Amino acid sequence: MNFTFSDEQILIRDMAERFFRDDYGLEARRRHQALPGGFCRDTWARFADMGWLALGIPEDLGGVGGGAVETAILLEAMGGGLAVEPFLSTVVLGGTLISEGASTEVRADLLPGLAAGDLLLSFAYSEAQSRHDLNDVRTTARADGGGFVLDGVKTVALHAGTADRIAVTARTSGAERDAGGITVFLVDAGAPGVTVTDYPTVDGLRAGDVTLDGVRVGKDAVLGEVDGGLDLAERAVDRAAALAAAEAAGIMAALTRGTVDYLKQRRQFGRPLGDFQALQHRAAEMYVETELTRSLAYMAAVRQDGGDPATARRAASQAKAKAGQAGRLIGQEAVQLHGGMGVTDEMPVGHYFKRLTMIDHSFGDRSYHLERLTDMA
Amino acid sequence: MDLNLTPEEFAFRDEVRTFLRASIPPAIKRKVDLGLKLVKDDYVVWQRILHERGWIAPGWPKEYGGPGWSPVQRYLFEEELAAASSPRLITFGLKMLGPVLIEFGTEAQKQRFLPRILASEDWWCQGFSEPGAGSDLASLTTRADRDGDHYVVNGQKTWTTLAQYADWMFALVRTSNEGRKQQGISFLLIDMKTPGVTVRPIKTLDGGQEINDVFLENVKVPAENLVGRENDGWTVAKFLLGHERFGIAGVARSKKQMDRLRDIAARETKRGRPLIEDARFRERMAEIEIELTALEMTELRLLSDEAAGRKPGPEASILKLKGTQVQQGITELLLEAVGNRAHVFDPGILEDDWPGAANDGPAIPEYAATVASHYFNWRKASIYGGSNEIQRGIIAKAILGL
Repeated sequence: MNFTFSDEQILIRDMAERFFRDDYGLEARRRHQALPGGFCRDTWARFADMGWLALGIPEDLGGVGGGAVETAILLEAMGGGLAVEPFLSTVVLGGTLISEGASTEVRADLLPGLAAGDLLLSFAYSEAQSRHDLNDVRTTARADGGGFVLDGVKTVALHAGTADRIAVTARTSGAERDAGGITVFLVDAGAPGVTVTDYPTVDGLRAGDVTLDGVRVGKDAVLGEVDGGLDLAERAVDRAAALAAAEAAGIMAALTRGTVDYLKQRRQFGRPLGDFQALQHRAAEMYVETELTRSLAYMAAVRQDGGDPATARRAASQAKAKAGQAGRLIGQEAVQLHGGMGVTDEMPVGHYFKRLTMIDHSFGDRSYHLERLTDMA
Repeated sequence: MDLNLTPEEFAFRDEVRTFLRASIPPAIKRKVDLGLKLVKDDYVVWQRILHERGWIAPGWPKEYGGPGWSPVQRYLFEEELAAASSPRLITFGLKMLGPVLIEFGTEAQKQRFLPRILASEDWWCQGFSEPGAGSDLASLTTRADRDGDHYVVNGQKTWTTLAQYADWMFALVRTSNEGRKQQGISFLLIDMKTPGVTVRPIKTLDGGQEINDVFLENVKVPAENLVGRENDGWTVAKFLLGHERFGIAGVARSKKQMDRLRDIAARETKRGRPLIEDARFRERMAEIEIELTALEMTELRLLSDEAAGRKPGPEASILKLKGTQVQQGITELLLEAVGNRAHVFDPGILEDDWPGAANDGPAIPEYAATVASHYFNWRKASIYGGSNEIQRGIIAKAILGL
């Protein structure tokens, strides 16, 4: 048992931190947001060059191997860098669904392109009524000839507007909230009957609603098992939850650092704000909560690779629930301790706060994961 | 990064588990499981069993009698101790003075005291706090005046845990008033049988008696009992408070208390169903589990740093701060779990060998008898050893640079 990073992991961390320090930042982020699709394709190509999009993909398919821990380390840095690129949707959600659910042929067909930065993905699993429940699916997939016909509306799918392929959950049998009867399909975003309404999200990223109107797909569009797709969908979303906790930890660290710097530099009553014990102790709490979240995020990442599925699920929920609670505390405290500056658009603090808040509402919020843990215990 | 035990670590854990479970005297185990009062003999008997096995001082270097374990082995040992319902090992000799003597002691001091600590022949207590020196420890005023080959000590120590059992006290005393207040402090070993030492019990809010005032009136202490240099006791005290991060989070014991909580919640009922099936109660248990797991993983991260050769730093304050919050959170849930039975006070629980509720007394199950007193008693955890406010101050200053 050990909790140390390998040399390779340290390399990934250092490279990512350097990139976001030197080549990203709030101004770059604003520029990227204004580009078509809401992110920077050149930056995405650089992610590919640095091997980031190949993480978790086997080497014979153009990947660099590695597992969830390496990805967590990278996401921590992306959190600190406030990246708007579609990494979670393409690499984590899409990559997991294809790696774990697709046939050998489809994997060989798609994964090299994903690693090279040529393929963007989205996973449309939620619907207007479903909140965070993956099993609450009204979208239907009717068997037709050798394939299926899909009908329904999926909501708030991360980066659906720029995705080349969209994975969707649809009901092939059973009633609305049954665990069985759900199938995951990989749909071409340009297929007849697919309409994506693309919009910005509060945290500066993009999402979309996906309408499926008599969309015909072949048998080869099925990821995982027909009627048995819930497990695959859950594994992908759990992995995203664990890794989003790592991104959140990166944001928390940046907010704590930024707040401490501000307390040292801002003077009132003739001395730095950081001299006041009431504020020192609040900054100390932010630091402690950041470290606790980081610890759980690493644990959850380790647990996503192999091992017992129940342990993986529990770890993801614990990390994500913690990220929700700590994120709310740290985000609110950071704004408060920045005073008036904290509520401006000009300072990074508000942008971190918004991303942190929206992470809580992605992949199951704190209440959802607490309830899930309660059901598991 | 690997959270799985290696085959060697598994084998080690099994060896430790088997020995501890087979060796713990049932009467001591019952007291620990029910949270009953332990007396000196309970501690000494158990510590001697561990000593005979060579496991009493996991943190000591091998040449001084430690077992030579890795950080992971030490972590597993703590875990198994708690799981086996071991009493807390009394830290004053084993985790405080022992390492101090190994670092600062003379050869004669090491030879005289270390073997007796290992064998639990001397019970040590800690003479740090004074009525006027709590969090601001360096403002202590107990004086030690040099008189020939000995010191004469006058003053008062307070909150001295289990001083009623102690043979010896290690104390911080003022040997000079020159310079900064930290500079005139010395670290002295005082035989509690010396004339002029008076121990007076302080009753605590739970009705128990584990802390004391210790009055020192013209107490003659041989000069050879000075540890480190005269007026350099602050360095010794800082080493003592800072070098040990093992166990300060209390993770293993909190896990054991969570087991106890689940057990009690399975026996208690709410609306005709076991309390443990109540969604709201389960959610609150899940919340504490999250914090406990986060704490455990943070401890493991710090231990891995240590294994990689990094010196323990101020990050240990996270363990103390969060560890006590988790412990206190569990005592709250335990109290809530027993419902209005929390009211019932059986003074017998404060005595040695509580036989269980008397037939003619109030009906209270054994498992519920100590829950309220434990809740009240455990408020101490966020106060002793550097209060949580002090820990936040350390984090703010030493880590964040505020």
